[in-house]
Amino acid sequence: MAYAIEMLNITKDFPGIRANDNVTLQVEERSIHALLGENGAGKSTLMSILFGLYQPTSGTIKVRGQEVRITSPNVANDLKIGMVHQHFKLVECFTVTENIILGNEPLTKYGTVDIRNAKKRVKELSNRYGLMVDPDARIEDITVGMQQRVEILKMLYRDSDILIFDEPTAVLTPQEIDELMHIMRNMVKEGKTVLLITHKLKEIKAVADKCTILRKGKGIATVDVKTTSEAEMAEMMVGRSVNFKVDKKPAEPKEVVLKIDNLCVKDLKGLPAVKNVSLEVRRGEIVGLAGIDGNGQSELVYALTGMEKVESGHVYINGVDITDLSIREHADKGISHIPEDRHKHGLILDFPLRENLIIHEYDRAPFAKGLFVNNEAIDEYSDRLIEEFDVRSGQGKDSLTRGMSGGNQQKAIIAREIDRHSDLLLAVQPTRGLDVGAIEYIHKRIVEERDNGKAILLVSLELDEIMSLSDTIAVIHDGEITGIVKCDETNENELGLLMSGALHKLGGSDHEEA
Amino acid sequence: MKKHNPVLISLIAVFLGLLIACIVLAVSGLNPANLFIALIRSLSGFYLLKPEQGINISYPLNWLLNSLPIILTGCSVGFAYRTGMFNIGGEGQFLVGGLAAATVATLVKLPPVVHVIVCVLAAGIAGALWGFLPGFLKATRNINEVVICVMLNYTALYLNQWAIKAFLPIDLNTKAKTTLFPDSATFFPLNFGSTSQFHWGFVIVIAALLVYWFIMEKTTFGYSLRATGLNKEGARYAGMKTKFNCTASMMIAGAFSGLAGAIVTIGVFKYGRIATAFDGYGFDGISVALVGSGRAVGILLAGLLFGLLKAAGTTFQMLGIPKEVASIIQACVLIFVAIQHGIKMLLDFLSKRKEKKLDGSHSS
Repeated sequence: MAYAIEMLNITKDFPGIRANDNVTLQVEERSIHALLGENGAGKSTLMSILFGLYQPTSGTIKVRGQEVRITSPNVANDLKIGMVHQHFKLVECFTVTENIILGNEPLTKYGTVDIRNAKKRVKELSNRYGLMVDPDARIEDITVGMQQRVEILKMLYRDSDILIFDEPTAVLTPQEIDELMHIMRNMVKEGKTVLLITHKLKEIKAVADKCTILRKGKGIATVDVKTTSEAEMAEMMVGRSVNFKVDKKPAEPKEVVLKIDNLCVKDLKGLPAVKNVSLEVRRGEIVGLAGIDGNGQSELVYALTGMEKVESGHVYINGVDITDLSIREHADKGISHIPEDRHKHGLILDFPLRENLIIHEYDRAPFAKGLFVNNEAIDEYSDRLIEEFDVRSGQGKDSLTRGMSGGNQQKAIIAREIDRHSDLLLAVQPTRGLDVGAIEYIHKRIVEERDNGKAILLVSLELDEIMSLSDTIAVIHDGEITGIVKCDETNENELGLLMSGALHKLGGSDHEEA
Repeated sequence: MKKHNPVLISLIAVFLGLLIACIVLAVSGLNPANLFIALIRSLSGFYLLKPEQGINISYPLNWLLNSLPIILTGCSVGFAYRTGMFNIGGEGQFLVGGLAAATVATLVKLPPVVHVIVCVLAAGIAGALWGFLPGFLKATRNINEVVICVMLNYTALYLNQWAIKAFLPIDLNTKAKTTLFPDSATFFPLNFGSTSQFHWGFVIVIAALLVYWFIMEKTTFGYSLRATGLNKEGARYAGMKTKFNCTASMMIAGAFSGLAGAIVTIGVFKYGRIATAFDGYGFDGISVALVGSGRAVGILLAGLLFGLLKAAGTTFQMLGIPKEVASIIQACVLIFVAIQHGIKMLLDFLSKRKEKKLDGSHSS
């Protein structure tokens, strides 16, 4: 089979760093080729070279057998190479069609934009690849998964043959991920070549034909996905054997720390989002809250932390009613909160790391002396946390948080929240978008906290994460708890049914809904 | 894109502003050298064309005098800006500050020094009250502070006209101002025997800058203000009182502008004016805060720069340069700071080219 892309012996130097070191990547036509590597392994640099954003220091690139020099993204476009970026580049208030033709608008004979024919073509492409995108919908009204499909359609509309997907599943729900995999297979069937950048092994296993593994800028191997196990690929990626199974002893639950009693919360539009939820979390156990995105998890968490008003019902911590207290009082009563959105809530990105580590306690001793900031205490504390939790950054505690990698940003939040020694740790999507090494570390830390006698409520969209960490699993669907099950007495199938609301299993009795 | 030093960006903007002014002058057939002669004269009092005259101290004093109020309004805009809000209400806060100072000066009898202090305090409080409403409405109702501020500017203008006519002793000759303030209510002049009106009010400005720097960088309150300004949701998550912060920040911002009103009223005019239009001090404060990137030192330097351009207008004319050139420079500096993204791109481009050159010499 011929190669669609050959990147031969590519080396790219940045001042002080060799981002790609003699990497060779050969992608066969009509195949799905995965590029696997941890954050910082050089995947993005390599793809930026292919897309014309950087020039390689040395090495050659061949597209469909022809040696080429890709000096800008326009050249890449002319070579029919398209890229779906991790962060979408869409105009929110435009329709799908308008976004797709933007920059390349077809004209009618009167010189106006020929939106009608464009729409027809978008619809046709959408149907052919099973994308099911409404060409008239506005971007702001459609889900993130749909927005991604618009990005895909953009590539298809421009007749791209080689499609690069940069971490496409980071923002998707499990269902959307499955659908995306399906779309990718359709594309290959239609003669396209797909290059998938990711650090999720499961996805590679599910969809890719070949996989090239990068580590620290070097090409480690290119393997046949069918004959290579996930563990083998992980080992090549990280450079040591990876423990997927989280090591943990059986839980020893003690007294109840968090008690949620018949809680109802409304969402921003004023519609009920959490409906009569009751749940208990005990000292020394991890309760996982599983569910599909948008089923009331966020609102429940906001209510538990005081960030949103409770409609009715009560929340107790160690028997104390905290339902109507302020955000700060919630924290003081013993809740640590690793928030779902680390950029929106977890961090002030333009603060240096040291200032982010004291964000809850900034006006209290030892970080405050009277009305004043006590910089020595902050420095000392930051150094300790950075050391203890191995938070890595360019300039230590003075690094601008925005410039840190996602994994280290998350570690900083986890360090801060764990070190508050609260009774309840509320971990929401604690490993979202992180690489294997960071995930392994964070999981270990969470289990440690459990063993230190904290109560942990883990909210996650990743079923694997829920199943490997939790002792008890509660499932939420449409704002209601549809099941509370012991982790070792359930399986993926049952949880899937509970998540979709087809099955209810509360207090031992289970019944299927008609 | 790399991180760039904001001071460097402002300096480049100033340089580009001067460059454009030179080009404008050259195109109009005037000598750009005169521009620098005029600027040096305004800055130091030294006249390059007549060096035998020595140094005339009134020039630098007038430069500083022009800088005082806009440093204060710069603090005003900068303070709100660091908290995530845009205080375009400096004009109104300036006017009510001046009105409050004039009221205390004319209607209250107090011993010297104390009288001045009470005038200044009254002006600060009046400005703070004028800043309260936009801050409070932003915090509780999420109403755009810019709209409220602009409306309050006009409210202040007409309040000033009405209140002076209705309550304060009017100068019967002109009917356009109050009677002169008693000496106890004015700043002592500090002119070193020159004709300048420079006065001791500069102490207030230095104190204001120190307070600004101290609150922002040294106190826990400043920390929570900065957090609110950079990421309101993040600050809320951390349990900070973001609503209180918004309101308090606008009040402090208003107080700074109110002080500027006092400085001008009891320092320069020494009578209360029935304002018919805005003086523009509040708007100048926006430029100062922007060019000074919201930091105390930056505001001081930017205030001095724009003060120089204000003061240099007359010197320009003496040398045959239209005084509007000062506005051209001011506008260009502002535009270049506003499009600092472009300047950053230029810096990136230059450093990249340097790298390439280095790379080239390595490989060859």
